[in-house]
Amino acid sequence: MRTASLDVSDMQAPLPSLADRVRHVDVDATIVGVHFLGGTPVFVLGEEALLYAGERRIGIHAGAILSSASDGTRIVTGGDDGKLFEINADGHRELASDDKQRWIDQVALGPEGAVAWSAAKTVHVFARKGDERRFDAPSTVAGLCFAPKGFRLAIAHYNGATLWFPNAAGAQPERLEWKGSHLGVAISPDGKFLITCMQEPMLHGWRLADSKHMRMSGYSTRVRSLSWTADGEHLATSGAEQLILWPFDGKDGPMGRQPKILARGESRVTVVNCHPRHPVVAVGYADGAVKLVRIDDDALILVRESDGSPVSALGWDTAGQMLAFGTESGAGGVLPL
Amino acid sequence: MPAPESASKIPVTVLTGYLGAGKTTLLNRILSEPHGKKFAVIVNEFGEIGIDNDLVVNADEEVFEMNNGCICCTVRGDLVRIIDGLMRRKGKFDAIIVETTGLADPAPVAQTFFMDEAVGSKTKLDAVVTVADAKWLTDRLKDAPEAKNQIAFADVILINKTDLVAPDELRELEARIRALNPYARLHRTERANVDINEVLGRNAFDLDRILEIEPSFLDADEHHHDHNHDHHDHGHHHHGNGLKHYHDEEMQSVSLKTDRPLNPDKFFPWIQDLVAKDGPNILRCKGILSFKDDPERFVFQGVHMILDGDHQRPWRADENRDSRIVFIGRSLPEDRIREGFENCIA
Repeated sequence: MRTASLDVSDMQAPLPSLADRVRHVDVDATIVGVHFLGGTPVFVLGEEALLYAGERRIGIHAGAILSSASDGTRIVTGGDDGKLFEINADGHRELASDDKQRWIDQVALGPEGAVAWSAAKTVHVFARKGDERRFDAPSTVAGLCFAPKGFRLAIAHYNGATLWFPNAAGAQPERLEWKGSHLGVAISPDGKFLITCMQEPMLHGWRLADSKHMRMSGYSTRVRSLSWTADGEHLATSGAEQLILWPFDGKDGPMGRQPKILARGESRVTVVNCHPRHPVVAVGYADGAVKLVRIDDDALILVRESDGSPVSALGWDTAGQMLAFGTESGAGGVLPL
Repeated sequence: MPAPESASKIPVTVLTGYLGAGKTTLLNRILSEPHGKKFAVIVNEFGEIGIDNDLVVNADEEVFEMNNGCICCTVRGDLVRIIDGLMRRKGKFDAIIVETTGLADPAPVAQTFFMDEAVGSKTKLDAVVTVADAKWLTDRLKDAPEAKNQIAFADVILINKTDLVAPDELRELEARIRALNPYARLHRTERANVDINEVLGRNAFDLDRILEIEPSFLDADEHHHDHNHDHHDHGHHHHGNGLKHYHDEEMQSVSLKTDRPLNPDKFFPWIQDLVAKDGPNILRCKGILSFKDDPERFVFQGVHMILDGDHQRPWRADENRDSRIVFIGRSLPEDRIREGFENCIA
């Protein structure tokens, strides 16, 4: 494996390309996620299976795989068979199943081995040392994420989001209200802001200290992908024909400020994933292109040429030395840096 | 390479109908016919009768308001989620059928296909098919606003259980249905026995197919107080049946027609203003328009405040360049609509 660093100071020429260094992985299924277990890329397919190292097919679900999450040592997946699986370097096992075989729509991994998942309105959490706990949201859960600190879970649903403290018995979950359907959720690395993707082409945000509202709009379509930069200063987002980065470096976050607009292109951004260490964002487009974008000066490197099939998955290894991608038509690849 | 956009979209048929009308019977009939097609079926959570199909998803009919200040802009949140999940199994089915509860309003289902980009880019709404109980629909039209909505909204209506009513009653029921919905295709059925080609693959929301519903526009003129009687030579099978003309107090259709070309600079602001103000009351609208100095037909259709329109094709030499619009809705301000339309004449 080559270990070129992401020092991209030699990028002046228009779109230098690393496409010839990509190791290709092709499957006959939609790729809906890609994660790394240590240095091994694992592609999550739209149906039934994971593709370990781009070679070994591990069949787990009896149907569609609806969501996946990873912390670098394990992957959890939720399926339309109502099952929750955990996959690590040693193998896979069923963690839970919905008693009515409802779809497991959302999964999230948290601190100290915590796993959260949802089926319809019900959120379940397994703490490593604790019991399973449940919370019923007011409507179907459409987004789940753990807060970076403390044992807190953010839940996106209709008319807002809820912050739930699974271990605080008797404590009322904190409800953040905003009219409309919230379809994804993220908490800033400093724990100060909670952001949701809405059914409309916009984001909504709350400053958690005082529940002050933020509205981030201007997208051409619904935002489906969010990623925080390594320094936590920016939130990278899909949904526009450019990479939109909202500033979260001050106490007011993006309130009253303009986003950075990078990587202007012809095609819509479908997936974003920030490099785990450097101010660089991997960006996937609806036309199939994958680019690396340096935040400081908008320098671009091409990772994958466009071919018309939307990019549906992007993942970095923890060290940031490998990027993997996948498209809706099953074209995957791994780029060592 | 991806296939051309609309050809690769999965068609979605919406089955509505009041409780007990025969939706599930129709659904099972569709699924059991030897058509070689595979369906993904989305049923409501109250469905009790078994559905014999590999891919059945239970939905809970979550109607979500859009956050755009418009009370009629609603989507089915569960459909946004379920269709996203189903598309991961693309290739496992050729079409999707959505069965709604008997009390459901079809509008949020239809609007989901126009309001959600992800749903609209992968699937297309084919038609809203309403199953009506021949014996009880007349009563339901009086006491159940949902039943009236489902009839008014439909592209295809099955008048089911016709074996339980006399021919006179059936004709009267058809007249009542026509008063609510002048352009739906009507089929008389027993035990939902209908050629499935009359139910599936209708392309009722496809602008290119608006041409094919034109004969129904003529029905609209017949049953309503349209003052253009210059095309009565088209032969309506209802004519001469001694059919009564019903007028529903709440739900009506308004048909407009002119043989003089329209001014697009007047028409578009007018129709946009109309649906902005009266959109909550307009369930459906469809139109074929002739603009001044424009060699092409313009077609449009709408659901509440959502309008979708485009040039369709050049007018043929043997065609009358008439402009026709039908609105179906609740308490429509007919005089104001007519006056507004007249003002759009170039």
